[in-house]
Amino acid sequence: MRKISTPYLLLLPGVAFLFTFFILPIINLAQTSTQTPVGGGDTGEFEQTLRFSNYLDAFLENKEQFGRSFVYATIATLLALAIAYPLAYAIALKGGKLKNFMLILVIAPFFTSFLLRTVAWKQILGEEGFVVPTLRTIGIISDSTTLTSTSFAVVMGMTYNFLPFMTLPLYASIDRIDPRTLEASGDLYANGFTTFRRVTLPLSMPGVVAGTLLTFIPAAGDYVNAAILGSPNTKMIGNVIESRYLKIVDYPTAAALSFTLMIVILILVTVYVRKAGTEELV
Amino acid sequence: MSHKVKDATIPHIPTGARISRWIGRNLIRIYAVFAFTYLFIPVAYTFAFSFNDSGKSNLIWKGFTFGNWQNPCGAPEVCTALVNSIKIGFLATLFSTILGTMIAFAIGRYSFKGRSTSNLMIFLPMATPEIVLGASLLSLFLVFKINPGFWPTVIAHVVFCVSFVVVTVKARIASLDPRLEQAAMDLYANERETFRRVTLPLVAPGIAAAALLAFSLSFDDYIITNFNSGTLKTFPEFVYASAARGIPAQANVIGSAMFFLALAIVITGQIVGRKRKVSA
Repeated sequence: MRKISTPYLLLLPGVAFLFTFFILPIINLAQTSTQTPVGGGDTGEFEQTLRFSNYLDAFLENKEQFGRSFVYATIATLLALAIAYPLAYAIALKGGKLKNFMLILVIAPFFTSFLLRTVAWKQILGEEGFVVPTLRTIGIISDSTTLTSTSFAVVMGMTYNFLPFMTLPLYASIDRIDPRTLEASGDLYANGFTTFRRVTLPLSMPGVVAGTLLTFIPAAGDYVNAAILGSPNTKMIGNVIESRYLKIVDYPTAAALSFTLMIVILILVTVYVRKAGTEELV
Repeated sequence: MSHKVKDATIPHIPTGARISRWIGRNLIRIYAVFAFTYLFIPVAYTFAFSFNDSGKSNLIWKGFTFGNWQNPCGAPEVCTALVNSIKIGFLATLFSTILGTMIAFAIGRYSFKGRSTSNLMIFLPMATPEIVLGASLLSLFLVFKINPGFWPTVIAHVVFCVSFVVVTVKARIASLDPRLEQAAMDLYANERETFRRVTLPLVAPGIAAAALLAFSLSFDDYIITNFNSGTLKTFPEFVYASAARGIPAQANVIGSAMFFLALAIVITGQIVGRKRKVSA
């Protein structure tokens, strides 16, 4: 018989590590979020006053950026799903001998720093790039329209950067589908579209759920795409948290915003996972 | 190739339907080519501009040169940042792979009290936006008067890498055929020998994949690093900081070199894995 203590011994170092450097920081973050500056001044020192209205103030002051974060992240997630699903489908069911090679291709762009790639998009879509002059010549956009520094560029950048996170789980769940179920559907006179809608899509739902989560969560907290591809009018909540923490040194507001972001995402994730009915995410 | 064989086994499909199915099949292949092109446009751009005779700001094409490749450390700070990133990536990979693999075995192999809590604890860091992870760790370090820098960054990277290692290794453990271990036991191997000679070699590819994933996550991380690195600069931080005034072409050289290096490692791993499968 295996000893009862074995799993606990295996868990101990990792769980102790995560407790110290993940759970404790979150608790500390919650504590910081209700603090106020000592003496109301700009000394950079804060004391605990349990001021819960920090949350309300922080939210009201930044509700635009909050809204933008969730709208951008939702659009980017849907776009990534639309782009990645056919790709994952192609790799899993039509990949043949090239399957593994194509999978490597999906993750390969990762190896060039994502910042370099984001900056590359900025230059490709920028005034000196080849896209804008071409579109102007064809007449799709007017001479005064730019592509960078717009919400379009930010959403496009997020869609691009998180695409592999969407593709891989989709691939994993489509690849797991027993091909005989698809054949059976065809034998029962379902056409290609019906087979997809009634068999392939439902069976790939775990991948859809995992992929949308792996895209939505980092996208909602992202500020790099907005900083590089956007303008002050496309600021997301991540940009606000970053500047409150590292530039303005307003820890309570930054903590309240971080905590709100985390809670909202956790609630959305829980509701979504419940509705989608897959609990085997981990 | 394979679809022709399949068609031959389903003879009752009329020609018209067969043609439309053929188009349908190739439509998705054509789509895949487009999708991959989209994925690789910025990679190709980065690579192309690594040959730009650009001087300081690598914004406009000025002429072809091998100069940047011959002198990748030519731009100030770029190689220091690269070395920092490699060191941090190596240590973060090492620690997160060890911790994560142990957790994966505990959760994947045993049922015990507190299993679902442990599962939740692994899932939570993945469901927390990076900015929250980074910011909360920074405030903890500040409370304990620990200055941001090298080790805080390593710790921060281990926090977000561990969960991905657990998920990857656990998937591999779950896909093992239990009969192989039973066979080892039947052949009088004790538990330890079975683990060392059967289980571990079978899980090894999963651990390798997890380590590679951890390294690329760590190497490419900007948000959490930015909060915890203090004055230390990693490669992504270098790129971010120089994005405003133009990135030196040397950064493109390093990005492209990393790309080809990683690609070579992954493809070699695949070939070795296939050979092992064939010989086994």
